[in-house]
Amino acid sequence: MSTQTRTNRQITADLVTTFPVVRGHETDPLRALLADRADHDGLLDVAYRTVDSPFGPLLLAASPEGLVRVAFEREDHDAVLTQLATNISPRILRTGRRTDDVARQLDEYFVGRRRHFDVPVDLQLVRGFRRAVISHLRDIAYGSTESYAEVAKATGSPAAVRAVGGACSHNPVPVVLPCHRVVRSDGTIGQYLDGTETKAALLAMEAAA
Amino acid sequence: MRPFEDIVAEQGPVVLRVCRALVGADDAQDAWSDTFLAALRAYPDLRPDSNVRGWLVTIAHRKAIDQIRRTTRAPRPTDDLPETPTWDDLSTPDDDLRAALEALPPKQRLVVIYRYLADLPYAEVGAMVDSNETAARRSAADGIANLRKTYLRGTLR
Repeated sequence: MSTQTRTNRQITADLVTTFPVVRGHETDPLRALLADRADHDGLLDVAYRTVDSPFGPLLLAASPEGLVRVAFEREDHDAVLTQLATNISPRILRTGRRTDDVARQLDEYFVGRRRHFDVPVDLQLVRGFRRAVISHLRDIAYGSTESYAEVAKATGSPAAVRAVGGACSHNPVPVVLPCHRVVRSDGTIGQYLDGTETKAALLAMEAAA
Repeated sequence: MRPFEDIVAEQGPVVLRVCRALVGADDAQDAWSDTFLAALRAYPDLRPDSNVRGWLVTIAHRKAIDQIRRTTRAPRPTDDLPETPTWDDLSTPDDDLRAALEALPPKQRLVVIYRYLADLPYAEVGAMVDSNETAARRSAADGIANLRKTYLRGTLR
């Protein structure tokens, strides 16, 4: 086809093919660089990634202060990210920055080679009594359990047994802070964010390791 | 508000296309990165009813203008080779069209890029180039007419 006879429509069509829209993955290196620059400039309020686990993909999100959220797939990762945008900041990028340590430690934990997590945790998403309960979870040792009543007592509100259950169900960093180690006084397992099967599996794994 | 990551995933490719047309393939990656970093900074204040693509292209536009000003202000070593491309038998129709676009008067060039490569409405394009819808429409028509004249193998040699 001769360019001598191009119509306006052909010219605009040629423009569109001369400057193609790249496929999404072609911007990946640029996006990695953007995350680096954003972090350097103090603009990366939340960095997140997903990792594989025996219980399906886990979302890991970190603020500059530390790990701020761990979410099972059942919680719907898109919904969790939207909540983070609302409750922390919409300056959110997908990047491995900040979560390398916790990702590696989770891998070790799931194969029984790690008993506690050594990463900074940011509990800004929980306040008041709930925060006290979630903070207390650190003190429940690997392989052991506490009842909801014991946790209520340990946090200074012995009557707040139900509220302890409520706090555990709002644990922003499950697995890393072990709400799965809180069970019912009658010995039954109680509720869990990702379902009782996951809770039972985590407790069985810790008992066997 | 949507996580900024969604905006990058959705608009990243089209913004890269606009950057390539604005500043060329070599500088496009820096322009893209500068654009999204500035956008990330301003994002929490973006009005919810904004046209996100128009907002990003406006930022890219400002970054490109800055970059072009910097380049033209920088002194050139006299013994440097001329940067004018040499047209040889390897030149493709794409190269010809790129060169023809590059050679348009600045306003026509910008309006053609924002209308046809960023797919923005004329009202928005007009606002971006400190003009209005009618003038932007006319600049785009003039730009395409000029491309028709110059985008012919040989005319730029």
